[in-house]
Amino acid sequence: MKDNRLISVQDLKVYFRSNATTARAVDGVTFEVDREETVCLVGESGCGKTVTALSILGLVPVPPGDIAGGRILFKGQGLLDLDDNNMQSIRGNHIAMVFQEPLTSLNPVFTIGDQISEAISIHKNIDTGTQRERCVQLLRDVGIAAPEQRLNDYPHQLSGGQRQRVMIAMALACDPELIIADEPTTALDVTVQDQILRLFKYIQKTRAMSILYITHDLGVVTHIADRVYVMYSGVIAEQGFTSQIFNHAKHPYTRGLLASLPSRSKRGKRLYSIPGSVPDPAHKPEGCPFHPRCPHAIPSCWSEYPQMCDYGEGHLARCPVLFEKTKKTIDDK
Amino acid sequence: METRHTPQNIILKVEDLKKYFPIRRGFFQNIRGWIKAVDGVSFEIERGKTLGLVGESGCGKTTVAWLILKLLKMDEGRIIFRDTEISELSEKEMKPYRQEMQMVFQDPYGSLNPRMTVGQSIEEGLSILGIKSRKKRKEHLKKLLEMVGMSTNSSDRYPHEFSGGQRQRIGIARALSVEPSLVICDEPISALDVSIQAQIINLLKDLQDQLELSYLFISHDLNVIGYLCTTISVMYKGLIVESASAEALFSHPYHPYTISLLSAIPDPESSVKKEVKLPARDFSDTLIPPDGCNYQGRCPMDEPRCGQEDLIFTEVEKDHFVRCWKVPKNNV
Amino acid sequence: MKNSAQKEFKEDFQLEEPLAPKKTRFQEFWLIFRQNRLAIIGFFIFVLFFLSAIVGLVLTSGQDPLFDPARIRLQEKLLPPLAKPNLDSLAPEDVPAIGFYLMGTDDLGRDVFARMLQGAWVSLTVGFVAVGISVLIGIFLGGIAGYFGQHYMRINHIVLASLFIFGVGLIAVQSPHLGAACLVLGFLLICYQALTKRKPRKKSMPSWTRFLFKNAISVDTLIMRVVDIMLCFPSFFLILTVVALLPASIYNIMIVIGLTSWMGTTRFVRAEFLSLREQDFVAAVRALGVSNYRIIFRHMMPNAIAPVLVSATIGIATAILTEAGLSFLGFGVPPPHATWGNILSDGKRFIFDAPWLTFIPGIVILIVVLSFNLFGEGLRDVMNPKLRERH
Repeated sequence: MKDNRLISVQDLKVYFRSNATTARAVDGVTFEVDREETVCLVGESGCGKTVTALSILGLVPVPPGDIAGGRILFKGQGLLDLDDNNMQSIRGNHIAMVFQEPLTSLNPVFTIGDQISEAISIHKNIDTGTQRERCVQLLRDVGIAAPEQRLNDYPHQLSGGQRQRVMIAMALACDPELIIADEPTTALDVTVQDQILRLFKYIQKTRAMSILYITHDLGVVTHIADRVYVMYSGVIAEQGFTSQIFNHAKHPYTRGLLASLPSRSKRGKRLYSIPGSVPDPAHKPEGCPFHPRCPHAIPSCWSEYPQMCDYGEGHLARCPVLFEKTKKTIDDK
Repeated sequence: METRHTPQNIILKVEDLKKYFPIRRGFFQNIRGWIKAVDGVSFEIERGKTLGLVGESGCGKTTVAWLILKLLKMDEGRIIFRDTEISELSEKEMKPYRQEMQMVFQDPYGSLNPRMTVGQSIEEGLSILGIKSRKKRKEHLKKLLEMVGMSTNSSDRYPHEFSGGQRQRIGIARALSVEPSLVICDEPISALDVSIQAQIINLLKDLQDQLELSYLFISHDLNVIGYLCTTISVMYKGLIVESASAEALFSHPYHPYTISLLSAIPDPESSVKKEVKLPARDFSDTLIPPDGCNYQGRCPMDEPRCGQEDLIFTEVEKDHFVRCWKVPKNNV
Repeated sequence: MKNSAQKEFKEDFQLEEPLAPKKTRFQEFWLIFRQNRLAIIGFFIFVLFFLSAIVGLVLTSGQDPLFDPARIRLQEKLLPPLAKPNLDSLAPEDVPAIGFYLMGTDDLGRDVFARMLQGAWVSLTVGFVAVGISVLIGIFLGGIAGYFGQHYMRINHIVLASLFIFGVGLIAVQSPHLGAACLVLGFLLICYQALTKRKPRKKSMPSWTRFLFKNAISVDTLIMRVVDIMLCFPSFFLILTVVALLPASIYNIMIVIGLTSWMGTTRFVRAEFLSLREQDFVAAVRALGVSNYRIIFRHMMPNAIAPVLVSATIGIATAILTEAGLSFLGFGVPPPHATWGNILSDGKRFIFDAPWLTFIPGIVILIVVLSFNLFGEGLRDVMNPKLRERH
């Protein structure tokens, strides 16, 4: 079991300090990704999911940002203690990242062939001819038609979906063990999103790698994830296997989110909506961060920080109130 | 279906709307070609109902909205509001009709003037409505803010003090300030957080019931469209390729594009995972579409005849129109 | 399961409150501004300069001023700063009011401090009036180019405009007959247009009338090409030429500097307007049916004014420098009146005997110009909405 763990993040805390305030962007996040597993980190904007991803790669800008605590273990090696050079050899080589904006994450003045072969040449010592072959192979793997010609294209000559495919090819260049994908389909159309999701699944199957997929879209999660972590306001609110989360949600936030999704089957019925807005990371409420919006809040939620409650089979939720309620119903039975 | 197509019931009718943007190249900026942003779009919206316009980005949905509001000049076509054709009206003659049609924008950050308080922004509409006295305006303002679920002390605040969802509410209040009968919602929820989207959808629905509004709801999200809309038009590259009632479109779509859209919906309710297939190939996108059907190249049922056939918007079933030459034949 | 979850929640209706605590715009500005130490120093020097110019005007003008910049004391010439006057050889009314020469005296024994005070007012007015003129022209032309830019000038507009300009110009250079002829011709053209406009459609018109109503050039192109042409002239020499033709007076200088420095503002305002035009909030007020006039002045201008203010602050510094340069070359404000430029220019002959005559005005110009630039950059930070979001 221990050998199967690829990366584990333990009680990670990332704060952003400015003159007057401290924004607790990530406030004690713990999660694991096993080998050959797709894990989704779901949450709304400002919940700290992107910052978590960036801190795995050591990309949090350090003057405003501050890793205030926790450990990140990649194959047993602490990533937070590594110096820049060692981190550089992990980045791209063992852990690669795919970003949200395919247009801005490609350099507009280089051809895509140049950019992919650069990704290869940084970590692998191969001659130019082999590099080119590898580029073509990579582009073919991510489903780009006529890759030999496409090598000499510039990013603006490609469509959004093609650019994202190129980004994925770059991420795959050094056969990383983990790909972190930060909202890679948010900027794309539905049909293209569907293709990219299939591509991710295909890659994950054929290359036996792990994917940490970050998104706000619950629909995407059902497509791709094996396990899900739901983040709210810098903490993990609920974790479990996809079917557990979607069929037996135990945290009021997850339940609210699922109930608030519009769909054709809910026509005519009123949607449930979570009242209020997402808290500002600089002014988080005391106690449970969700209590101002929670229909189940009891006075202790206002003061006590909730603990993770174990429902068994890897399903955990950070809501003692509902945990007590379920226990009672089980006891009654 | 209870829908009755009596002319009195139709609040907005758009016929063969066209807008081409020139592609200029070279030293003298000569016109080298045309982008057919909107290439003959027709639809009707019934009073108190919601028409959904779905399509991917760049298919011309937003251009249609701007053309209807005459924020852009159309090249061809007719817009008939109630019984009046408004496409040829001058700015002055247009004024009473402007109040009748309002818009809710996608980006809650760009749609409010950052240098004006919320109250000032909304009062702009009230003064158009001709409410002169200060006291009456304040009363109206209060009523509008409460209607969209904002506390009244927000009126002397600036937009940047609000969250995205709150700004969207303010944007809706501004649109309602002139008491319109048709509201065009251009992706009103796609820039919002997931937990806020349902709030805005509920708000739009409540307002529709309360004020008997008609909506033209533009979105790329079929889940939302399917939840909200009475009739749905699917747009692809400047053309409406399929149009039907929501039930009909979801249960038996005809056009291959609609089918691919529906199968691509990420639906959290079906927790059954789809099978892993080989990744679909990418398709090349050209600015200038080929002759005949503009879905050629992406269509799984592509045939040489698609390039020659003239496309006719055919009624396949009652009130169910499809723009594909194969469909009627299959159906007969 | 989901349905039961839905039932579980009861929706309690509550009104949304604004998120951020209430802060006035000024408080926000100050929060950012105070972090830029140089800008604060700049701001204080700016205020100091402003006050001393006004105080200087009061103290150095009038029948019997406290500091008389024009009083000549030949026996006291070229005294260094802080020198005490020789009370024996001086008439009592010639003794400076503070008892010593704070900045020394020049070759005619005039008090340099008094002259600097008088010059401060000149610099201030030249700076503000010149920039005021250039900003007004800039906002006007930039606003038109940005908002109405895609409209076309028709040939009749151009003919009409050139007729009137030529007419007025010819009258101004004393050929009233030709000028009047141009004006009458222009007037006839207006009448002709008014008549033809009433006719239903263009098809019935003769071909030359149709030519008259052809689109010639877009408003945007016209204005921006004029800007380009204006920028082609080396502006200092343009000013020199104009000043040489006109009678030397401080007002002419202000106007000329103003008329030759509006191009930057025009470009700024045009660029701002072009990007604002595309913003949804402008589309929203257009959809409400708000008039063009109100959209420009009530909705767009306040958003476009920030970069203009910044460039105006720096523009004041440039105008002060230009005026000092003109005065130094002898084209500026005529001699008896002191300006920083002509104090500097007078002093250069004695640079080895009395270096303070060049250094004092030189350093003061440096400090004032620098402070304006620093203050301007501080303003730029404050006006930048991206920076503001962070606080």
